[in-house]
Amino acid sequence: MHPFTYTRVDDVAAASAAVTTDVVARAVQTPDDVAFIAGGTTQLDLMRDGVWSPGSLVDISRLPLTDVQVHDGVLVVGATVTMAALARHAAVRDVAVLRDSLLLAASPQLREMATIGGNVLQRTRCRYFRDPTVTQCNKREPGSGCAAIEGTARTHAVLGVDAGCIAVHASDLAVALVALDARVRLSGPGGTRTLPVAELHVRADQDPSRDNVLAAGELITHLEVPLPEARSGYLKVRDRASYEFALTSAAVVARVEDGVLEHIAIGLGGVGSVPWRATRAEAVLRGQRASLALFEEAATAELADAFTVPGTDFKPELARRTLVRQLRDVTEVTA
Amino acid sequence: MSQLPLSVTVNGEPRSVEVDPRRSLLDLLRDTFGLTGTQKGCNQGACGACTVHLDGRRVLSCLTLAAQADGREVTTVEGIGTAGDLHPVQQAFLDCDAFQCGACTAGQVMSAVALLDEPDWETRDDVRELMSGNLCRCGAYPRIVDAVLAARESREA
Ligand SMILES: Cc1cc2nc3c(=O)[nH]c(=O)nc-3n(C[C@H](O)[C@H](O)[C@H](O)COP(=O)(O)OP(=O)(O)OC[C@H]3O[C@@H](n4cnc5c(N)ncnc54)[C@H](O)[C@@H]3O)c2cc1C
Ligand code: SF4
Ligand code: FES
Ligand code: FES
Repeated sequence: MHPFTYTRVDDVAAASAAVTTDVVARAVQTPDDVAFIAGGTTQLDLMRDGVWSPGSLVDISRLPLTDVQVHDGVLVVGATVTMAALARHAAVRDVAVLRDSLLLAASPQLREMATIGGNVLQRTRCRYFRDPTVTQCNKREPGSGCAAIEGTARTHAVLGVDAGCIAVHASDLAVALVALDARVRLSGPGGTRTLPVAELHVRADQDPSRDNVLAAGELITHLEVPLPEARSGYLKVRDRASYEFALTSAAVVARVEDGVLEHIAIGLGGVGSVPWRATRAEAVLRGQRASLALFEEAATAELADAFTVPGTDFKPELARRTLVRQLRDVTEVTA
Repeated sequence: MSQLPLSVTVNGEPRSVEVDPRRSLLDLLRDTFGLTGTQKGCNQGACGACTVHLDGRRVLSCLTLAAQADGREVTTVEGIGTAGDLHPVQQAFLDCDAFQCGACTAGQVMSAVALLDEPDWETRDDVRELMSGNLCRCGAYPRIVDAVLAARESREA
């Protein structure tokens, strides 16, 4: 591992002041960078693999951002709350999509370490990105090509991608968050701002060398999740039963009144270069009479323009079926 | 690279050392403190062999910087029982024959000890899911589940 200095900060302003580059947004970290470390389960992993080599680490895991509260129907979560602590919180246990996106992710030990700020900012698991001996990676080295196109791409994305980069955003939580219209509160040298989670990440077909839109010195301080007056659920399909990333997943938040879909919001995981909000499927469903045929039509519409390579050929169909099944389970409409 | 001063309580004993900022908690325990009960499997968060408790919560010591344990309490497998006075989970692993080569066992035991204090589990399936962060190459899984359930019973008895 490249040498680095380590400091710990105990207030947000000091954390923000320590970071003077756009390191959080960039796909790579170099010796000129001062980078944040929270739970470290992405940060330290990528440093040990030699993908990242920041010159300094600022530990933000002990910032006083550990509260979980409900204000006027909005769940407000400090950025350093762990995945495990959030999943255990009384207000989260009743929101199936949020609870299950946490409990079906990683392992119990990783969930005790990983913070929710770090979770939404985690980096792609693309094995070629994570292996610095691979020379073709437009995310690490713009213009070098993409080794995944002709390589093993089973876990790669089919939406929000093109032949330049097919990296998936692997967070389960973030998929639930986009379906819940959640927001992040950011704090930086220029003050504070609030951003929908759906606008936090950068699509690979827009710019693979950037992962998110955070400015220099900006950090996530809180997550705001409007608690839904609807039923919800998270379905994760993967190669083994536990401790595995999604091949596909679907987060569905729905309210059916007199047979009509009065509220519908959908996030898809394992398929997008960003946590994918399925706006096309929602447009088919919203305000319509719920039926299995309509669910099929909506899911087909969402996957219509999927970009596949040989390794991801199976994904649009698997994603379509995952979404249809989850729409059935959440609405309990089966015909 | 400059060394970092660090104070940490390990198995109840306060310790102060200087470490390279790159040192993981796992290497601190094994190489600096000679506590080799905690195992290094994958060194990348994928197997659970390095599981220890940090302030009572189970974590992976391979993905934790030693520096991040500063001021905290670490418990390793050496700290939960002795040869003459085993922890109920250790006794249950023996009674249920819950290991073969033993490479994963320290991590399994530390995970199970923490699990006993966690809420919301009941069935064998729950135990499988909540022990899924600890891989066992020998496939001792059914007996590991037996051991966790036996430990819970012995504690409730
Ligand atoms: C074996 C393994 C399996 C996994 N399986 C899953 C899974 O199934 N599902 C899933 O969703 N995830 C999974 N993960 C990913 C894991 O959830 C993330 O690594 C974790 O959530 C990141 O949180 P952290 O606190 O450890 O972040 P860190 O690693 O500390 O930080 C991640 C990045 O975000 C930056 N950062 C952190 N916090 C902030 C903040 N508040 N503001 C600004 N920048 C910040 C850091 O600088 C760093 O670049 C897995 C990880 C491993 C190692
Ligand atoms: S998919 Fe993206 S991250 Fe992976 S090798 Fe291709 S360019 Fe790099
Ligand atoms: S050695 Fe830490 S998880 Fe494998
Ligand atoms: S007993 Fe051999 S790895 Fe588990």
